[in-house]
Amino acid sequence: MTGAIDWTALGVFLFFFLLVTVLGFWAARWRAAGKGLDSLHEWGLGGRGFGTFVAWFLIGGDLYTAYTFIAVPALLYAGNVVGFFAVPYTVLVYPLIFIFLPRLWSVSHRHGYCTTADFVLGRYGSRTLALAVSLTGILATMPYIALQLVGIQVVLETMGIGGGAGASLLERDLPLFVAFAVLAAYTYSSGLRAPALIAFVKDTLIYVVILTAVIYLPLELGGWGAVFDAAQQKFDQPGTPATGTIPPESLHWAYASLALGSALALFMYPHSITASLSTKNRNVLRRNAALLPAYSFLLGLLALLGFVALAAGVTVDNPQLAIPVLFQQEFPSWFAGTAFAAIAIGALVPAAIMSIAAANLWTRNVYKPFIKPDMTHADEARQAKLMSLLVKFGALVFVLGLPTRFAINLQLLGGVWILQTLPAIVIPLYTRWFHPRALFGGWLAGMLYGTWTAYQADFSAVATVPFTDTVGYIALTAFAINVVVAVVLTLALRALRVAEGSDETVPADYYADAGDDGVQPLAIGKVPPVDQAAPTSA
Amino acid sequence: MKARWLVGLLLLIPIVCPLLVGTYARNEPELAGFPFYYWYQLLWIPIGAVCTAIAYRLLMRERRRKEGQRRPGGESA
Repeated sequence: MTGAIDWTALGVFLFFFLLVTVLGFWAARWRAAGKGLDSLHEWGLGGRGFGTFVAWFLIGGDLYTAYTFIAVPALLYAGNVVGFFAVPYTVLVYPLIFIFLPRLWSVSHRHGYCTTADFVLGRYGSRTLALAVSLTGILATMPYIALQLVGIQVVLETMGIGGGAGASLLERDLPLFVAFAVLAAYTYSSGLRAPALIAFVKDTLIYVVILTAVIYLPLELGGWGAVFDAAQQKFDQPGTPATGTIPPESLHWAYASLALGSALALFMYPHSITASLSTKNRNVLRRNAALLPAYSFLLGLLALLGFVALAAGVTVDNPQLAIPVLFQQEFPSWFAGTAFAAIAIGALVPAAIMSIAAANLWTRNVYKPFIKPDMTHADEARQAKLMSLLVKFGALVFVLGLPTRFAINLQLLGGVWILQTLPAIVIPLYTRWFHPRALFGGWLAGMLYGTWTAYQADFSAVATVPFTDTVGYIALTAFAINVVVAVVLTLALRALRVAEGSDETVPADYYADAGDDGVQPLAIGKVPPVDQAAPTSA
Repeated sequence: MKARWLVGLLLLIPIVCPLLVGTYARNEPELAGFPFYYWYQLLWIPIGAVCTAIAYRLLMRERRRKEGQRRPGGESA
C-alpha cells in the first residue's frame, strides 16, 4: 500500500478537499441570523433552526462516520460476522429516537438547554450528577474523534502519501496534520453550520461511491452469490478463527446485545444530541426517524463490501485497509480518488460535530458552574470555540503519539461508558422517581463494572454475563447493573428520607413544541437565555 | 388512547424482531444470491422505516383531533 503515488486519485481527492474547505468557511454566513456567532445557541447549535432536509444530512453525516465505513466491513473481512450487528442496530435506533428524543427536544427548548447535562442539572438540581454526565460525554467523545483521524490516515496511506515505514515522522504525519488544522479553523469560525453544509457534499459522495461499489463490484465478481460463496470458502479453510458467514447460536445474544446496547448508547453521545437539538421543531426529529434509515441500507451493503474484498482477492495484514485497497484495486484512479475523498470528508463532518459537542459540554457544564460562573453568552461561545480546538488537538496528539490499537480500545470503552449515562438522561424524561444520588451510584457501578470487565476481557466488546454462560455486550450488562443499583439505592435513600433535590421542569415542558400554546415562538437565533427561560404558562 | 397503543406497538415491532437472532440465523431461502440471514436483516430497514412513518402519521392525526376539540376551528400546528 506504500507504492507510488497515484496522481490522478490524489488530484481528485485534493479537489474535493478544497471544495469542502471553502464551504466550511463560507458556512459562517449561511442562514445567519445577522447577530453573529456570539452565543452557544448560534455557534454550537447552528441557531437551532434546521429543518427536516438539513437535519437529515447533518444527523446522517454525524452518525455514519468514516470510521464506521472502514471498521464495519473490516470486521466482516476479518471473518468476524458479528460485525453485521451494525444493521439490526440501525434498525432499532430510529424507533428508539422517535420515542424519547422529542421529549428531550421539548424540555431543552423550554429551558434553553444546550446539552444533556444542562437537562440533568435542571431536572435534579444535582451538580455532581450533571458533572458525571458531562465528563462521561467528553471522555467517550475524545477517542471517537481520534478514530476519525485513523479513517483519514488509512485513506492517505492507501494513496501512497504520508505512508511508508521508512518515512520520517514529519513526512508521515504532515498531511494528516494539515487536514486537521483546516478542519479546526473552519469549525472555529463557523461552528455547527460548517459540518451541516459540508454534510451535503459528504453524503452525496458517499451515496455515489457506495451505490457504485455495491452494484458494480459484485457484478464484476459474478454476483452476490459468488461473493458469499467466496467468503464462506475463505472461512472454511483450516486455521482461520472465523465463524462462517452466519453466527452460531452461542453468539446470538452477543449479536443482539451489541445491536441493542449500541442503539441505546448512540443517542447518549454528545454529538448526536447536539445535532438533534439544532432542529427547528420536534416533528423534524420524528420525520427524520422515518427518513434516516436510507443511510442504514447503505451501511448494510457497505458492511458486505468486506466479503466483496475477500472475493476480489484483496490481501492486507491490517483489515482496516481492506476497503480502501479494494477501491484502489477495482476502480479507475479518478473514481478511487472520489471514494477516498468521500471517506476523508466522512471523517471531517463527525469530527467537527463531536468537537463542538464536547466543547459545549465543557463550557456549559464544567467551566461555567465550577470555574467561572459569571459568563456572558459571548464568553460561553468564545470558551467553546477554544475548547473545540483543544479537543481536536488532543485527538491528534492521541493518534500520532499512541498506537492505533489504543484509540480503538478506548473507543470501545467509550461505548461502555456513554451507555451508563442513559438512566440519568432518559429515565427523567418520563419520571422523577429515581433519587439523584441513586442515579449517581448506578452510574458509578456501571462505569466500574464496565471498565474492569472490558479490561479483563482484553478490550473485547463482549464478555460472559455474570451468573450465566451467555456471552453479551459488556455495555449492556453494565447498564443492567447500573439500573438495579439505582433502583435499590433510591428505595434506600427514600427510606432514610434523604433530600430529593430540586426540579425546575413541569410535566407540560416535555410536550412543548414550537408554536404551542404558552410557548414562546422560537425564531432562529432568538432562543431565550437560560435564566429567563422558565416556563411561561403551562 | 387507542392511537397511542397502536403507535407503541408499531415502534416496538422493529425494536424487538431484529433482536430475535435465532429466528433468522440460517442460509435458506436465498434471495438473489444473498443468504436468508443477510437479506432478512436488510429487509427490516424498510419495514422499520414504514412502521415509524405510520406511527408519525397516527400521532399527527391524534394531535390535530385533540386540537380541534380544544379550540374548534383552530389552526393545526
